[in-house]
Amino acid sequence: MSPVPRGSPVTRGFHRKRSAGSTGPAGSTGRIPPGQYLTTDFPVLSAGPTPRTALSRWTFSIAGGRSPRSWTWEEFRALPAEKLTTDIHCVTRWSKLDTAWEGVSLDVLLEGMEHDAPYALAFCDGGYTTNVPVADLLGGQAWVAFGYGGGPLGAEHGGPARLLVPHLYFWKSAKWVRGLRLLAADQPGFWENFGYNMYGDPWREQRYAGD
Amino acid sequence: MARAAVRGRLSTWQVATVAAVSSETFRARTLLFDVREWPGHRSGQHVDVRLTAEDGYQAERAYSIASAPGEPLALTVERVDDGEVSSWLTQEARPGDLMEVRGPIGGYFVWEPAYGGPLLLAAGGSGIVPLRSMLRARSLAGSDVPVRLLYSSRSWEDVIYASELEFPGPGVQVIHTLTRSQPPAWTGYARRVDQPMLAEVAWPVSGGPLAYVCGPTSFVEAVSQALVQSGYPPERVKTERFGATGGT
Amino acid sequence: MEAVDGNAIGGLLHEVFGTEMTDAASVCGSCGAARQVAELAVYLRAPGTVVRCRSCDSVLMVFVKIHDRTCVDLLGLATLG
Repeated sequence: MSPVPRGSPVTRGFHRKRSAGSTGPAGSTGRIPPGQYLTTDFPVLSAGPTPRTALSRWTFSIAGGRSPRSWTWEEFRALPAEKLTTDIHCVTRWSKLDTAWEGVSLDVLLEGMEHDAPYALAFCDGGYTTNVPVADLLGGQAWVAFGYGGGPLGAEHGGPARLLVPHLYFWKSAKWVRGLRLLAADQPGFWENFGYNMYGDPWREQRYAGD
Repeated sequence: MARAAVRGRLSTWQVATVAAVSSETFRARTLLFDVREWPGHRSGQHVDVRLTAEDGYQAERAYSIASAPGEPLALTVERVDDGEVSSWLTQEARPGDLMEVRGPIGGYFVWEPAYGGPLLLAAGGSGIVPLRSMLRARSLAGSDVPVRLLYSSRSWEDVIYASELEFPGPGVQVIHTLTRSQPPAWTGYARRVDQPMLAEVAWPVSGGPLAYVCGPTSFVEAVSQALVQSGYPPERVKTERFGATGGT
Repeated sequence: MEAVDGNAIGGLLHEVFGTEMTDAASVCGSCGAARQVAELAVYLRAPGTVVRCRSCDSVLMVFVKIHDRTCVDLLGLATLG
């Protein structure tokens, strides 16, 4: 941990509400990236108001390949989906282990899609965007998730559907996702534009640009 | 407009020592501070409080000033479930403890007797704190500006400054509404603030009233919108929104 | 997640601008809405602090703390102060 900032007196008896790193529950050692602490709740972080899109108007599209694709909610939910349990790591330093999700793999959504784009920009209701290399979306690494904790994904956590890319910091798991734009060059999304890392690997602590 | 990177000015934070603590309700406490170079403050202003743990971890939160201008710095803090700062302030803090404060802050949500009235104060939960500073300032100044305070709380046990507000002094009317539970024989309002309640309580627009609304965001939105709809000019309705939980 | 308002970032704004800013006038660069900073919608619980126009939700200001620096982006505002 960083030393006490110069000039700040220590407040007797004050500590972060959750214990850091290796003092987590059995099996958590080695699962918490550097600079993170374990949490058992699921903090809601948002950069704007919670969008409410009617399912009748919801679509997920992939643009930028040779032929764009789009699914309505019914079409999307008819795709093969899978359940998964994974750890998630937020750049604001909380990590949550064994979170249970249900979603459609990006391998399914991108299957057979002709493109040579190495990068993708996810776009969302409310205007949020984030960039992820296509290689990080494939090979069982990413989903469009519609279920969390055994039930439908709640609006405050990104429902009806969010991107889920758990091997990167959680700001890359864009809430209220509506599609991907395939790009030839990497383009900064919302937080990347304001100084966050273009890639965001929690194990190399890539929080900010230049890390 | 542009983008810039600013290094924090080291001089803005000051060390504050807890001088005294007193219980207001089962969940709220008032802390009196000794701040060596406290510049004084205006009613309605707040301070940012920063706590530092032994491992260097720091947490900052904003709290409204409960004392009147001229009085030493006092904050009333209500504990929020799982709140790491409010839990320490309401359950751990004792005289001699150290933290840092930045402020006083605020130039919008401020009142002084010279601003006049009639004054409508609307408090949701711990939103009462800055309004109590305004009432104390009014009293200390011997002001006769008419005041109506509409104070929404979950139950009587949640009412902060209950005894102080029981005898608020001439020219001040205090109207409580208890939204979740009421004591036996309660004859007051027993629901969330709404348009019909405000129609009965708020000063008529014709008198040129000034309104200050403070509390959780949903409370402030409901009250301020209702006041504007009833004819209060928007620039005469000052708002201060806490988070959904009414503070941290 | 409910937004708070510009009062909550008064201290941050004072540190960045060197003066009290909650009563400063702002004009949204997207829709032209004019409001005092205290009345803008502020989202605190995020990787940074985001300030939005209450009328059109456009992003007006973003503050990100990167190591020991606060980075400020005011691109969404037409005018401030």
